Amino acid sequence: MMLAACVLIPAAVAALIAACHRRPNLREAVSLAGAALLFFTVLSFSQAVLEGARPRLLLGEMLPGLALVLELEPLGLLFALIASGLWFVSAVYSIGYMRGNHEANQTRFYVCFAAAIASAIGVALAGNLLTLYLFYEALTLVTWPLVTHHGDAEARRGGRTYLALLLATSLLFFLPAMAATWWIAGTLEFEPGGILQGKVSGTAAALLLALYAFGIGKAALMPIHRWLPAAMVAPTPVSALLHAVAVVKAGVFSIVKVVVYVFGADFGREAFAWLPWVAGFTILAASVVALRADNLKRRLAYSTVSQLSYVVLAAAILTPLSLAAAALHIVAHALGKITLFFAAGAVYTAAHKTEVSQLDGVGRRMPWTFAAFGIGALSMIGLPPAAGFVSKWVLVSGALEAGHWLALGVVVASTLLNAGYFLPIVYRAFFREASGEEHGEAPLPMVLALVATAVLTVLMFFFADLPLAFARKMLG
Amino acid sequence: MLEHVPALQVALPLVAAPLIVLVRSRRFAWLATTVVSYLCLLFSIQLAWRVAASGPVSYAIGSWPPPWGIEYRVDALSAFVLVAVSLTASFVAPYAQRSIAVEVARDRQYLMYAMYCLSLAGLLGIVITGDAFNLFVFLEISSLASYVLVALGQRRQALMAAYQYMLMGTVGATFYVIGVGLLYLMTGTLNLVDMAERLRAVEDARPVLVALAFITVGMGLKLALFPLHHWLPNAYAYAPSMATAFLAATGTKVSVYVLLRYYFTVFDPVPLFSHLPTEEVFVALSVAAMIVASFIAVFEKDVKRLFAWSSVAQIGYITLGIGVDNQSSLTGSIVHLLNHGVTKGAIFLLLGGVALRAGLAALPLRSLAGLGRRMPLTAFGLVIAGLSLVGVPGTAGFITKWYLVLGALERGWWWLVAAIVGSSLIAVAYVWRVVEAMYLHPGDAGAPHRREAPPAMLAAAGAMVLLCVYFGFETGFSVGGAADAAAFLLRGLR
Amino acid sequence: MSTVAGHYSYWMTIVLIVAGMYILIARGNLMKKLLGLAVLQSSVYLLYIAPAKLLGGTAPIVAQGYTVYSNPLPHVLILTAIVVGVATLALGLAMVVRIREAYGSIEEDEILARDRADDDRAPDGAR
Repeated sequence: MMLAACVLIPAAVAALIAACHRRPNLREAVSLAGAALLFFTVLSFSQAVLEGARPRLLLGEMLPGLALVLELEPLGLLFALIASGLWFVSAVYSIGYMRGNHEANQTRFYVCFAAAIASAIGVALAGNLLTLYLFYEALTLVTWPLVTHHGDAEARRGGRTYLALLLATSLLFFLPAMAATWWIAGTLEFEPGGILQGKVSGTAAALLLALYAFGIGKAALMPIHRWLPAAMVAPTPVSALLHAVAVVKAGVFSIVKVVVYVFGADFGREAFAWLPWVAGFTILAASVVALRADNLKRRLAYSTVSQLSYVVLAAAILTPLSLAAAALHIVAHALGKITLFFAAGAVYTAAHKTEVSQLDGVGRRMPWTFAAFGIGALSMIGLPPAAGFVSKWVLVSGALEAGHWLALGVVVASTLLNAGYFLPIVYRAFFREASGEEHGEAPLPMVLALVATAVLTVLMFFFADLPLAFARKMLG
Repeated sequence: MLEHVPALQVALPLVAAPLIVLVRSRRFAWLATTVVSYLCLLFSIQLAWRVAASGPVSYAIGSWPPPWGIEYRVDALSAFVLVAVSLTASFVAPYAQRSIAVEVARDRQYLMYAMYCLSLAGLLGIVITGDAFNLFVFLEISSLASYVLVALGQRRQALMAAYQYMLMGTVGATFYVIGVGLLYLMTGTLNLVDMAERLRAVEDARPVLVALAFITVGMGLKLALFPLHHWLPNAYAYAPSMATAFLAATGTKVSVYVLLRYYFTVFDPVPLFSHLPTEEVFVALSVAAMIVASFIAVFEKDVKRLFAWSSVAQIGYITLGIGVDNQSSLTGSIVHLLNHGVTKGAIFLLLGGVALRAGLAALPLRSLAGLGRRMPLTAFGLVIAGLSLVGVPGTAGFITKWYLVLGALERGWWWLVAAIVGSSLIAVAYVWRVVEAMYLHPGDAGAPHRREAPPAMLAAAGAMVLLCVYFGFETGFSVGGAADAAAFLLRGLR
Repeated sequence: MSTVAGHYSYWMTIVLIVAGMYILIARGNLMKKLLGLAVLQSSVYLLYIAPAKLLGGTAPIVAQGYTVYSNPLPHVLILTAIVVGVATLALGLAMVVRIREAYGSIEEDEILARDRADDDRAPDGAR
C-alpha cells in the first residue's frame, strides 16, 4: 500500500546510498531523487485526508491485542509533509555544506539521515501508541551517529548527553505511561476524542500526563531540554533538519497526538492545569539563556527549546483554536528555524565564524544569507510577513478564548525576548563594520536552500489557509 | 516411532556422547553433534505441536506405568523450554567447529563435543522428565558436563572457575536432593504429578516447608539467583566461547524451569504465595539482582565478564515474574527464557568471533576498539543484541519488559515499574560502553584490515541476532507459548 | 528424650550437612573442600536410607508370614546418588591435579594471589 511506501522509500534510499559509497555524485542524486519521491508520495494523500479520509494499514500484530498500525490523519500529514519537503531542501544544503567543509564519513551521514527521515515519517504515520514508540526510539538511535559525526571528544560527550537523556526519559517515563494507558484503557489506538475519557481523572490523570510530557523528551520541556544544546556538536545540516524539524517536531507532534487522540480534546481541564506553567517556564527561561548565549548555534538551540514549548503550551490550553495553533506552529517554527540554522551553517562554511560577537558586518558580505536570517528571525518573533505571525495569532486567539491570562502573558513576554536576541544579530550583520578576512557568500547549494526555506516561510504567511485547514480537520 | 519421540529427545544426545569418545575423530565429533542438535530441535518442535493440539504428552519409560515407573511428561511449559534449549543448541553446534578448533587443544577437541552432547542430553532430560529423582540425575549429568566444558577454557583461570562452579553447583544439587528426600518421606512417591496430588493431603506442613526451602536454595544456586550467583561471572568469562554461549542461553534457564515446576505444579501455588513470604523474597532478590548486577556490569573491564554480570541481572527479570505472580508477569518470565537465551547466545557467539580474529584469550574492553571498522557486521550485531538487553522496541527484550511492567501495574506496584525501567537504564550504560568502544575509539594504528569472523561462526551468530529482532516483532510462538504455559501453571492441578 | 533417641539418624544427617558445608567453606585447601563436599553428599545417603528400614520390617523379598517389608526404593536411589557422588569426586580430583600443574599449589589464597599477579602483568592473556 502507498502508506507503507512513505516509510519504505526513505529506508530504501538509505540502503541505496550505502551501496553508492564509492560514487559521491550518484549518492547525492539518490538522496535528492528519494526525497522528491517521498514528498510527492506524501502529497498525494493530502486531498483525501482533507476530505476526511484516514488511510490505514495494519503492519502486523506484535503482541496479542497490540498491532503495529500506520494511519494517516491531518496532523500526521502536516508533519510528514514538512519532514519530506524539507528533507529535499536539506539534501541540497548538505551537499554544499559537507563538500564545502570537506567533512569525513559522508556516506554514513547520508545513510543515517535517510534512516532518520524514515523514522520521523513512521512517527508521523503511527496509528497507535506502540507504533509511535517504536519509531520514536528508532529515531533516537538512528540520529546518534549523526550527532557524534565528528568523532572527537566533544562530539562523544554531546552524544552521550543526547542519548542518555532521550533514552532515560523514554524508558523511565514514556514506557510506563504507555503500559499504564494500556492497562487503564485496554487499547493503545489513537481515537479522535481520546481513549481515556471517563477512565481516569484527577491526580492520576495529571500524573499520567506528566509521564507523557516528560517521557517524550524530544519535546524538550525543561528540565529535559539539555540534550538539544548538547546535540549542537553535530554538523549544521543535522542541527537544521533534525533538531529544528524532524526530531524536535517528532517530540511535540507526539505530545499533541497524545493530547488530542489519547486524552481527547474534551478531557477535563484540571489534569492539564499544571502543564502551561511548565511550558511557560520553559519558554521564558530558555529565552533568557538564549539572550546570554554567544555561540550562534547555542542561541538557536535555546530558541528552539523555547519555541517548542509554544506548541506544548498551546496543546495544554485545550481549546479547538489553541490545538489548531499547536499544529500550525509545528509547521511555522520548522520553516523559520531551518532557515536560521541554514544561515548559521552558511556563515560557518563561508566565514568560519561561530559566535554572535564575530558577526559584525557579515551581512554585507553575505546578503542573501542574512536576508533569509532576517526572515527567520521575524518568524520567531512572530511578525508579518513571516509564518510565525500566523501561528502566534491563532495561539493568542485561543488563549483569549479560554481566558488563559498566564499564556497571554508568556507569549507577550517571550515575543519581546525573542526580539531581544534576534534583532541585534540582524543589526550587527548589516549595520556594523566588517572585520577579518574577506569572504563571499556560502556555496551555491546552501544559498539556494536557505533562500527556498525563507521563501516558504513568507509563503506560509500569505497562504495560511492550507495548513489551517489541516489543523482544523485534525479535530474532526 | 513417533510415540517414542520423548525418549529419543534425550536418548539421542546421550548415546552420541560415548560414540564420539569411541570414534575420537574431530570431524565425526562435530558432525554428530550438529546432526544430533538439529534432530533434537525437530523432536522438540514436534512435541510442542502435539502438546498445543491435544494437551500434555505422557511417556512411560520401559513401559512401566507411572507413578511406579519413570514418566516423561511434556506439557505447555516443558514444550516451550525444550524448543528454547534445542534451538540454542542448533545454532551453537555449527558455530562450534571453528571456534573449538582455535580455543581447545587438538587432542581434546572431540572430548569437548562429547561433553556438549552430554550437557544437552542432561538439560533436555531435566525438562522432559516427570520424576523428581530422575530430574536430579539429569541435573547432575548436565552439570558435570558443564563443569568440564568450562574447565577446557584456554587460560588457567578456567580451571579455578570450573572448580568453584563445581563446588557451588554440587551443593545446589545436593540441597535439591535433600528436598526431594523430604518430599518422598512425606508423600511416598517420586512422580511429580502424583506427588502434587498427595501433597494436598499432607497434614504436617513443616517437613514440606523445609523441602521447599532446600529445593529453592538448591535451584537458586544453579540458576545464579542473587546472592547465590558467585560462580557465574568467572565461569562465563573463562569458558571457551561456544561453551559460554551455550551455557548462558540454557543452563540457568532450565534451573528456572525446575523452580517453576515445583512452585506451580508440585506445590499448591495458592497457599504458597499467600501464606508464605514467597512473593516478597523473590521480588526483593530479583530487584537486587537487576539493579546491583547491572551496576557491577557498568564498571567491568572485561567484556565477557561484563555480559556475564548482565546475565545475572537478566535472570533477575525472570525470577521477578515468579514473584509478582500473575498471568502477565509469569508470561514475561517464561518468554524471557527464550528471549534472553537468544540475546545472550548471540552476544557470546559474536564475542567468540572477535576473540578468534584478535588472537586473544580474554577480551578487555579496549580490544573492542575500532571493531566498527574491523568487523562491521559483528559490531552491528552486538549493537542489536545490546539493544535487546536494554529492551528497545523492535527487539525481543522489549516484549519481556512490556509484560513485566504490565504485571507490576496490575498489582499496583508502581515502585516496581520504576525498578524495572530503572535497571534498563543501567543496562543502557553498560551496552553504551561497549558501543562506544567499538565505534568511537580508533583501533591500533597497525590493526589488520577489515576481516570478519569465519563464515560458519558469523552465520550462526547472525542468525541468532536476527532471532532477537524476529522475536521482537513476530511473537506468535514466543508469547503465545509463554502465555499458554503461564496459564497452565496458574491453573494448577484443577 | 525420645526426640533425640528416636530420630538420631536425622540428627546425624544435620551434623553431616553442617560439617560438610563448614569444611567446604572454611578450608582453603582444594582437596579439603572436596572432602567437605563428600561429607555433605553422605548426609543425603543417610537421609534417604535410615527411614527405609521400617520398624519390624524384613528384607524386601516376598515371603510367607511377613506383612511389613523394608522399603528398597531409597537404596536404589542412593546407589544412583553414590555413583553421582563418585563421578563428582573424580572430576573434582582431576581438576585439582590440573590446578596443581597450572598453579603449583592447591591452596585457594595462593592461587588467587597468582591470578591477581597475572592480571596486573598481562590482562590480555594473549595466546
